[in-house]
Amino acid sequence: MDAHVTGTAHTEHTHPTAGLYFKVGLVLFVLTALEVGLYEITYGERAGSFAPTIKPLFVPLLLLLSAAKFALVAMFYMHLKQDHKLFSGVFVFPLIIAAFVIVALIVLQAYHFAFARAG
Amino acid sequence: MTAHAHAAHLETSTGLDNRKLAIWTFIGSECMFFATLISNYLVNKGKSLVGPFPHESWTSPSGQHFEPIFEIPLVTLGTALLLFSSLFVVLALSGAQRGNRKALLGWLAATLACGIFFVGMQVYEFTHFVHRGLGFTTNLFGSSFFTLTGFHGTHVTLGVLWLATVWVDALRGKLPPSKSLNLEMAALYWHFVDVVWIIIFPVVYLIK
Repeated sequence: MDAHVTGTAHTEHTHPTAGLYFKVGLVLFVLTALEVGLYEITYGERAGSFAPTIKPLFVPLLLLLSAAKFALVAMFYMHLKQDHKLFSGVFVFPLIIAAFVIVALIVLQAYHFAFARAG
Repeated sequence: MTAHAHAAHLETSTGLDNRKLAIWTFIGSECMFFATLISNYLVNKGKSLVGPFPHESWTSPSGQHFEPIFEIPLVTLGTALLLFSSLFVVLALSGAQRGNRKALLGWLAATLACGIFFVGMQVYEFTHFVHRGLGFTTNLFGSSFFTLTGFHGTHVTLGVLWLATVWVDALRGKLPPSKSLNLEMAALYWHFVDVVWIIIFPVVYLIK
């Protein structure tokens, strides 16, 4: 049997090769550079005349880039793409609740401040 | 069939290694933990009545001037090194699973170096902030920032210590391919610490 296994009975899938790990690492590096570049051209010293145009898209783009990085690390480096689906479930279910908690608290605070200001 | 494969066949109700399921469950609970800290930072964002502030300069009523406190280039370097450390630790795991001791020790040492640099960067940043007038109780930003990044830094420190013990085991020849799960568990924790920073970096440092 190939020694390149995960070490669990039902998850004896081969992990990605070193080449794929390097490719994912390169993509992560590029995405991080894009994040910082986006910040620089929107708010940094290199912010140009088109900065006001980018500003409404700044937060959604940053969140999209960080979500892509998150997914790449989870799928390839944490091996969720190859491993047993139960591991994905154990990770993703609390992640959904965590995201819900963050959104709920932000909405609650926003409502509270809007209500306090109105009344 | 190798000893590694024999070790893989475990009599558990799920057919999966309980230790790996346990670390994933722990990581799931950690998601909730960091969600509360990130929420705390976000709901208090922009509500500080006094400076120093993260992105704007501020002059106190007594006339003392404070520059924006964040140093994005330094944190970007720390972020890049933390991402590289995730790459290094999977390469170390690959080495451990193939029985390549040289790759295991080398990549794990590189991971540790990146982790230690990141912790050093945070210690420098915190010290620098305190010298520039931002303490834990200075304002809402200080309290939520130090709580969130401080807990993350503590996790990174614990990850460095965990990986260091695995590295010592590997150095002593106590990490054969059949025991590579010992490294895989530490690596999963390390990747989790990395993905949390992937969220913290834009949310705290880049979004104004």
